[in-house]
Amino acid sequence: MSGFAFDPCEKCEQMMQPFLDRVLTEEERLEAEEHLAGCAYCAKRYRFEAEFRSFVRLAISEPMSPELKAKLSALRTPL
Amino acid sequence: MSEPKPESSPRQLAEDARDRVRFEEEALELSDQVYQVARRLSGSREEAEDLVQDTYARAFRAWRSFQPGTNLRAWLFRILTNLNIDRGRKIQRTPDQQPLEENDYFLYNRLEESTGDGNADEQRIVERLSQNDAVTALADLPHDFRDVVLLVDLADFSYSDAAQILGIPIGTVMSRLHRGRRMLKQDLAESAVEES
Repeated sequence: MSGFAFDPCEKCEQMMQPFLDRVLTEEERLEAEEHLAGCAYCAKRYRFEAEFRSFVRLAISEPMSPELKAKLSALRTPL
Repeated sequence: MSEPKPESSPRQLAEDARDRVRFEEEALELSDQVYQVARRLSGSREEAEDLVQDTYARAFRAWRSFQPGTNLRAWLFRILTNLNIDRGRKIQRTPDQQPLEENDYFLYNRLEESTGDGNADEQRIVERLSQNDAVTALADLPHDFRDVVLLVDLADFSYSDAAQILGIPIGTVMSRLHRGRRMLKQDLAESAVEES
């Protein structure tokens, strides 16, 4: 952690997307985790974001019809 | 793609057939994922089904150009996204010029504020969002942003795979992802607050 001239919650907020995308460096990840362990405000928002991602994924997922599956199999090269 | 040359030995022909069968089986195992993304790139189920069929028809014809041992899923999605661009996207409406929230806790804060319960847990806050609004918000994203959001957030591709699939630099993937997610959230926040 460097100095005092920034708000640690603001920094944590900026790290949220890369944290959940798992693209932070090891050092940054530890820094975020350390802050989250002691900050209920940020921890709640991180949990929300994870929930939100699952919600979006579920909301926009629509299963493929069995008919389409059969049509795709029919595109295979005959042996 | 070219058929095996006439002078191919029976053994080569048999190996070729076996490789092709394996390729087709592995490609078909990924069809659910291909469909899910195709569905959100398309305005209707019928359009999505046509797009997936075209993708597989092309993949099966071009199977020899796939390098075994490389990423088949990324290879298939590259065909899908290219076909989607080729078939001509609908005219894009001018993206909203309204400024984006430059804040990643924005959606939570907005929902919590309109819930009027500072102690609500995050699950209850998420429940305020409607699945239909999520579908609409995604459909309203400008295409370039939606492509990236779908590849990363729905199909779970890494930034670098998404960059390769779309043929754009990784920095562009990151900026479109970032902006696309924020547009989506802003849209959802507005819908949720209006509905409440």
